[in-house]
Amino acid sequence: MRPFDYRRMADLQPVDQPGDRLIAGGTNLLDLMKLDVEAPRRLLDISRAGQDRITEHEGGLRIGALVTNADCAADPRIRADYPLLAKAILAGASPQLRNKATTGGNLCQRTRCQYFMATDTRCNKRQPGSGCDALQGVNRNHAILGTSEACIATYPGDMAVALTALDATVEVLGQGGTRLIPVAEFHRLPGDDPARDNVLRDDEVITGVTLPEPVAGRQIYRKIRDRSSYAFALVSVGAVIKLREDRIARVALAFGGLAHKPWRDPQTEAILTGQPPSPALFDQAADALLAKAKGRGGNDFKIALARRALAAVLTEATEE
Amino acid sequence: MSDSYDTPDQRNLLDQTAQGVIGQPLDRPEGALKACGQATYAAEHDLTNCAEGVLVGATIGCGRVVRIHRDEVLAMPGVLAIYADQAMLRRNAQGTAGEAPIQDVTTVDYYGQPVALVVAESFEQATAAAKALRVDYDVTTDADFDPAAVEYEPSEEADELGDLDRAMDEAAFSIDRTFTTEAHNSAAMEPHASIADWDGRKLTLYGSFQMLKYNVKELADSLGVAEKNVRILSPYIGGGFGSKLGISHDAVSAALAARELGRPVRVTLTRQQVFETITRRSETRQRLRLACDRQGRLTGIGHEAWVTNLPDEGFAEPVTQATKFLYAGQNRRLALSIGRVQLTTAGSVRAPGEAVGMQVLEAAMDEMAEAAGIDPIEFRKRNLPAELPGEGLPYSSRMLTEALDRGARSFGWDQRHQQPCQRREGEWWIGMGVASAARVNILSKAEARVTLRADGGVLVESDQTDLGTGSYAILGQIAAEMLGVPIDRTDVALGDSDLPAGAGSGGSWGATSTGSAVFRACEAIRATLAHKLSVDVDELRLKDGLANDRPVTELLDKDLVETGRIEPGKTMKDYSQASYGAFFCEAAVNAFTGETRIRRMTGAFGFGRVLNAKTARSQCLGGMVWGIGSALTEAMEFDHRTGRLMTHDLAEYHVPVHRDVPAIEVILLEERDTVASPLQAKGVGELGICGAAGAVANAIYNACGVRLHSFPMTPDKLVGRLPDPVGA
Ligand SMILES: Cc1cc2nc3c(=O)[nH]c(=O)nc-3n(C[C@H](O)[C@H](O)[C@H](O)COP(=O)(O)OP(=O)(O)OC[C@H]3O[C@@H](n4cnc5c(N)ncnc54)[C@H](O)[C@@H]3O)c2cc1C
Ligand code: SF4
Repeated sequence: MRPFDYRRMADLQPVDQPGDRLIAGGTNLLDLMKLDVEAPRRLLDISRAGQDRITEHEGGLRIGALVTNADCAADPRIRADYPLLAKAILAGASPQLRNKATTGGNLCQRTRCQYFMATDTRCNKRQPGSGCDALQGVNRNHAILGTSEACIATYPGDMAVALTALDATVEVLGQGGTRLIPVAEFHRLPGDDPARDNVLRDDEVITGVTLPEPVAGRQIYRKIRDRSSYAFALVSVGAVIKLREDRIARVALAFGGLAHKPWRDPQTEAILTGQPPSPALFDQAADALLAKAKGRGGNDFKIALARRALAAVLTEATEE
Repeated sequence: MSDSYDTPDQRNLLDQTAQGVIGQPLDRPEGALKACGQATYAAEHDLTNCAEGVLVGATIGCGRVVRIHRDEVLAMPGVLAIYADQAMLRRNAQGTAGEAPIQDVTTVDYYGQPVALVVAESFEQATAAAKALRVDYDVTTDADFDPAAVEYEPSEEADELGDLDRAMDEAAFSIDRTFTTEAHNSAAMEPHASIADWDGRKLTLYGSFQMLKYNVKELADSLGVAEKNVRILSPYIGGGFGSKLGISHDAVSAALAARELGRPVRVTLTRQQVFETITRRSETRQRLRLACDRQGRLTGIGHEAWVTNLPDEGFAEPVTQATKFLYAGQNRRLALSIGRVQLTTAGSVRAPGEAVGMQVLEAAMDEMAEAAGIDPIEFRKRNLPAELPGEGLPYSSRMLTEALDRGARSFGWDQRHQQPCQRREGEWWIGMGVASAARVNILSKAEARVTLRADGGVLVESDQTDLGTGSYAILGQIAAEMLGVPIDRTDVALGDSDLPAGAGSGGSWGATSTGSAVFRACEAIRATLAHKLSVDVDELRLKDGLANDRPVTELLDKDLVETGRIEPGKTMKDYSQASYGAFFCEAAVNAFTGETRIRRMTGAFGFGRVLNAKTARSQCLGGMVWGIGSALTEAMEFDHRTGRLMTHDLAEYHVPVHRDVPAIEVILLEERDTVASPLQAKGVGELGICGAAGAVANAIYNACGVRLHSFPMTPDKLVGRLPDPVGA
């Protein structure tokens, strides 16, 4: 480990020096520092900087950036009105990690691409311009949607998938003041600049996440993984689905494990909306979702798996 | 009495003794220490002035080191020295090698191989310096990293009997299938670590090892010093599973550095280094050919396997080991071929041979039974040979039929549907599978010293190790039972190479072999006591510190010290010896996603006398958990372009987590095997894994109708082949 400076913050403030890095729970950043993937000059410890409450907000809720994943998933209001979020969080990591992990840190967790985490390999995200060893390499858990020739990594988290389906908003504070960013627009696609995971500017810090007024409907989080716990999603689906008179009245679907961001596809939702549920309809929705999907060898199976995951969730959501 | 065990000991002495502790499910005496953090593991010894060493791994898969940029790093804070000594280990030692493995780290044989050791005042300084060390390589560009792309050659002469091809042609039913299994890592909880401390020419090494008497030789040979000048202390071990059979990089580099620096040096492998540099179980390709007649009697068995290792390694995963003795069939072909790849040394990982060989054989047996239209349990029972095929040797004991029957009853096998896809609960297909368990039994040379102290207490001493398996408990129980001493007056000292050489932990032979040495030492003490009482030894009754109702202390004016010895003898040659059992698994396969979750498992095992019902059960449980991992999740995944291991930590290499492991029932079948050892006990440490994954594979088929021939059976392999989840 390299020497670095450390400062404990009393409150959340914009970052004013390049090379500064926020540390919250540290469950992702410290691992990456040990691996030399991240080498901040200075750590700004925000773990005691307040913003650790869930409060009522414009008919919905506001989750402070430092609320831990464990607290968030256990909150009675979250469990009652946004069960999708609680389920997604509980499907991630382990109890120990969730006790430390924070809402802001979770949104900013970095990809689990094994090449990204190994400094002796080529990775455009870690070292822009060096190449991407995953393209032809071990890429079983890589993206099939929205990839580029520069990077095929996924955003690995669960919580953000739920937040995307719930139309949540990220609240960030920078030198220029506060910005509100829909979660669906917070993470970005790699394009030719995979080094940037999200649209957060260098000076910005996440202060909280807001959830809109609860909506009616079934909320489902389905995470498909190699073992039953403590594994990242191969594919995950967050769904809010409302039936009326045997038709799908409203549907919001977000997918994890498929792309560099939680994936939401308006066309897939449009195909389903207003229709009576049937396996044929679900197939049609999957066709739309996966029309542009591209496997790279190891992850080819995700195309079939995503189709079936969607079918499973829609079947469950529309059953009596 | 000769040391070698030549004739079965029919006395069953442990059934006549009176203390009543043998077989009892006693706690491990060191268990609480381990659970409370009071057992000092290798890396935890606190030596004054200890310097810290960190190994630097190669960032190429094959080639030579041409330059190490020492100066840059020597200038870093706290750095004391950099070693890239010719004597440093390039590979770790194979089990029971007893000599130095391949040394000299200027050549790189596999990705991540240690090429240098950086020593500094603190661990953090050494780590920073090790990361900063620049190494220039001359890369071998045409090296082979992909087992699927290399040539294979026979590793031993094939074991052939009759005419298998003809048996296949003429069979009423036959199957011919090729399976694959992936490379595995032991992933023991405690990483490999050593602290070396020299006192003049004498080295004391605190390490984590399974077989000290071999490890001393390996270390002495590697360092070029006399064996008598090497002492290894390994009292507590956090799991080994084969990975600590031989010495590895930490031991030799720590010793070299400590000798040069004139102060103790500690070297601990990182978790990634454990994965990258310590023995793997080879991946395998296995072709199974089975032929049977209309009555379901096997007429032919073919088991051919292809495994890999580094060039110049003698070890080849003995995949067909159990196939030799398990089932009948007069036409046979067992063959093993080896290919050479530049990946970490392949060696013994828990149950080498049977672990992956049995899971495949048992999956194939399930297909064969189905093809023949016979219940898989009945099919197995119908095909148990009366004597070892081809050699005519008798079986020492074999509880396979009993295990299948008892297990089936307890598990509720009669609830199983014969056809797949018959039971659906919500999204889940539910199925049941069965498999046999078998693992060769080996008696190994061992020595132990037992002292009946003048105060009536007992001390058992051996260099035997306890990996968490129960050696402390069992050896104490044997001595307490034989000498009629309460267990709380029995002390056991292990894991010190200065003590008499036990058998070591490996091949499931530790408890029975070192236990037999303890038994024999106790017999000598019993003879002395009988003599003092002027009775025949058969009339001796020892219990609770009384010898024929007299306090034993009255008979002792000084400590009675005896050393017991055992060696494998004629009984090993005259019989086929193995432990047996049966696995039952109920698995749920998600009809949409192909995720498999184990719902319950039962294992029934016969392995001679149960020496401690708790530690034996734990071994069986742990083995079955390994079976779940082998069936569903565990795989070392290499980048075949470079040989780099991509699953090199516990987040990526998926061992089962608690939620993957349901309630597991273990049934211990009492048995006496007088051929195996004077204790009438056989090995159990590895039995629980040998076939377990086969039961899982068979349950998956019974659930969803998909026969996969590739382990681990992850959702990606199932998803494209599942029946329509809604239509069915
Ligand atoms: C073994 C393992 C398994 C895991 N499994 C899962 C899983 O299955 N599903 C899943 O979703 N996650 C999983 N995780 C990831 C885990 O959820 C994240 O590590 C955690 O959420 C990160 O939160 P943190 O507070 O510890 O972040 P930190 O490690 O403190 O920070 C992570 C990043 O976020 C930045 N950051 C932190 N707070 C802010 C802020 N307020 N504003 C701006 N930037 C900020 C930091 O600078 C850093 O770059 C796993 C992690 C591990 C180690
Ligand atoms: S997929 Fe992205 S993160 Fe992974 S190696 Fe390629 S560029 Fe790096």
